[in-house]
Amino acid sequence: MSTIKTLEDLNKAAKRGLESIIPSKTKIMVGMSTSGLASGAQEVYDALAAEIKKRKLDVVLCKTSAMGMDCIEPLVEVIQPNRPRLAYSRMTAKKVPEVINQVAKGVVDGFKPTYRMDEEDYLCLNEKKPYFKGPLPNDVKDIPTISNVDFYKKQVKIATRNCGMINFESIDEYVAKGGYFSLYKALTQMKPEQIIDEIIASGLRGRGGGGFPAGVKWQTCRRAHGDIKYVLCNGDEGDPGAYMDRSVMEGDPHSIIEGMIIGAFAIGATDGFIYVRNEYPLAVANLQRALDQARAYGFLGNNIFNSGFNFDIKIGKGAGAFVCGESTALMTSLEGKAGEPRAKYIHTVEYGLWNRPSNLNNVETWANVPAIISRGAKWFSSIGCKNNSGTKVFSLVGKVNNIGLVEVPMGIPLKDIIYEIGGGIPGGKKFKAVQTGGPSGGCIPKSLEDISVDFDALWEAGSMMGSGGMIVMDETTCMVDIARYFIDFLEFESCGKCVPCREGVMRMNEILHDICGGKGRPGDIELLESMSKGIVDGALCALGSTAPNPVLSTLKYFRDEYTAHVRDKKCPAGVCKALIRFSVSDEKCTGCGVCLKKCPTECISGEKKKTHVIDQTECIKCGVCKESCKFDAIIVE
Amino acid sequence: MKKAQTMDKKVKDIIKKYYGDKTAMIAILQDVQEEFRYLPKETLSFISKKMDVPLTRIYEIATFYNAFSLKPRGKHTIEVCLGTACHVQGASRLIDRLERDLSISSGDTTKDKMFTLEEVRCLGCCSLAPVIRISGNVHPYLTQDELPKILRNYK
Ligand SMILES: Cc1cc2nc3c(=O)[nH]c(=O)nc-3n(C[C@H](O)[C@H](O)[C@H](O)COP(=O)(O)O)c2cc1C
Ligand code: SF4
Ligand code: FES
Repeated sequence: MSTIKTLEDLNKAAKRGLESIIPSKTKIMVGMSTSGLASGAQEVYDALAAEIKKRKLDVVLCKTSAMGMDCIEPLVEVIQPNRPRLAYSRMTAKKVPEVINQVAKGVVDGFKPTYRMDEEDYLCLNEKKPYFKGPLPNDVKDIPTISNVDFYKKQVKIATRNCGMINFESIDEYVAKGGYFSLYKALTQMKPEQIIDEIIASGLRGRGGGGFPAGVKWQTCRRAHGDIKYVLCNGDEGDPGAYMDRSVMEGDPHSIIEGMIIGAFAIGATDGFIYVRNEYPLAVANLQRALDQARAYGFLGNNIFNSGFNFDIKIGKGAGAFVCGESTALMTSLEGKAGEPRAKYIHTVEYGLWNRPSNLNNVETWANVPAIISRGAKWFSSIGCKNNSGTKVFSLVGKVNNIGLVEVPMGIPLKDIIYEIGGGIPGGKKFKAVQTGGPSGGCIPKSLEDISVDFDALWEAGSMMGSGGMIVMDETTCMVDIARYFIDFLEFESCGKCVPCREGVMRMNEILHDICGGKGRPGDIELLESMSKGIVDGALCALGSTAPNPVLSTLKYFRDEYTAHVRDKKCPAGVCKALIRFSVSDEKCTGCGVCLKKCPTECISGEKKKTHVIDQTECIKCGVCKESCKFDAIIVE
Repeated sequence: MKKAQTMDKKVKDIIKKYYGDKTAMIAILQDVQEEFRYLPKETLSFISKKMDVPLTRIYEIATFYNAFSLKPRGKHTIEVCLGTACHVQGASRLIDRLERDLSISSGDTTKDKMFTLEEVRCLGCCSLAPVIRISGNVHPYLTQDELPKILRNYK
């Protein structure tokens, strides 16, 4: 690889990339993100490689990451000359020969692809390239296009524009999608102030949760005194139930790197760090490879694009502490210390990492930057809603049919995400609430399902945008248990530096444990409320000051569930162990005996074909009977 | 004696890899842990002497971050995800079952040193909830019923 210094060099790399994105021969791609691999993508990949070799086919086999719809993984995609791109879902090694058969013949027959793509969006180039010319081949006519798949219909992809579309191991493919052209433009045609103005005008707000205007932060950091400044990327993604940043780091690492270089140039920074969570080994590997490639091309290092600008990026690995996602704690951790937050009256844009001006942005924030520079602030702010430009990526998980990563324009109604993209609640159950904002956020009840999903509306409803976890809950989720779950999480993750958080959260946890354990006392609910106020006011960092949110928001919308626990000693959702009992329905039980064999305490008895009985004194409420009964005969009340 | 020497040698190499940089302490401890599966006491005193960092500082880091363990771990670490997505899909039943079947509490290691049971808060595979990870392999969409069979494959 030789370095790239001119537009001509860059165009050459783009040409190479395009040839590998849409080659002149057949190409097969396997989604190999963490979730793809967990669903068995490696076996499928190996089987494909073996079958291709066995049949001596001239086929390119390569890896890509996930496009978002994780519930249909492992995903295999086929691109053949002059045919639409086809996606085969829920692949197994067994189905491989059949798919290869179709590939060899060049027609679909038998096992059907889930969707097809007729063209590919090159967002940063403002261009769509078709996969085929001329009429649509007959054999694929009844396969829906991706824009007709419910899950993708309402999505708009900016931050995840390349995820699942390119091979994350190839920098040329990233360049072919318009990558590093924004960097070229920024470094050779724009002044730092101009870049900052553009980002301010775009209205881009930090995607890490707080929603602070990114351009304003850059400007303050640019104006701060100091020769050495840093730009940092927050890839700590500590919110449990969220994995957007992992997907971008794994699937399109260059978009983050390019964004950071542009930001560094605008701010006047010399060094960059990406702080990645310990739990994401694949993200670290993919980022490291991408950094090496960018360095080899001269996008990192000295005199980038002959502009005289020097900059490089290193990776810092977290070690499993949620609080290190907080800006001051993250910087302390990068310095190699225990990551405790400090008071924020000294701003990190002035005194941050090693007491030097430091600008921290989230993974998704950085990934948006190249797109804004190439397409312009006006384009970006035309997407989304008032004061909330652009899109937001969410991990739509929990009790919903279509589980996966979705990128939607800001301001979309919540119900569109749940019912249209998510396809509603499985098993005909009732939608109850959505949890957003992670441990600092709250629950939005069904009654507010029309709410506009943006920073301000969610905040008003007592929740938060957060980094993008969206956990859907149905009638079998206990809201008191959810509040207890988050408080328990925060007690564990509190760094212990200040008293309101260290002691206060612990006491709240004790009260919630008692309530869930059937030992709730009158007055507990009021006590929780007054303690919450103390913690919100007194805690040093945002971990503590937002810790009561999950309790306050569930109290606001689901107070009756708390009352049921405290006063009636009942868990309406059937979750809290101390408040429920398992029994067998006389009507539904067929006496098949499955539960009897599975019960670990052997407390179920009954003759074949007769209704079984659970001995309440021995039952440990493990729930295995309910999980294994095919006739839904186990009653929980 | 011999064992102690190889241990020192390995740690020395790790420190060298980071040029003895004190700000790389977290990365150094991570490498040491990867080598020995936990942080043996002797390695910490060795690092303290070699790098001229007070032992209390090193302990502070080793106890602050959840990824570090001061206790020996088993051959396989079972990480049960208790993230929000896994929690609403019944992850607590998985941990209860594992605690019962392995006769240990979360955080402990079985007598035969085969398994260490740990709770983690989200593995980033929330779409596959509930999940557990054993020695780096993610097992998706689990029910407690499947656990015994999965564990047998790791013996
Ligand atoms: C306890 C705590 C945890 C946080 N965790 C994260 C995180 O995992 N990822 C993230 O990007 N921001 C996290 N934040 C927010 C960061 O402090 C910071 O606001 C953000 O990274 C700034 O980037 P942005 O302006 O681009 O959003 C956390 C904040 C707190 C208080
Ligand atoms: S609020 Fe909690 S996490 Fe933040 S500094 Fe205080 S004790 Fe630490
Ligand atoms: S909540 Fe379990 S993997 Fe994220």
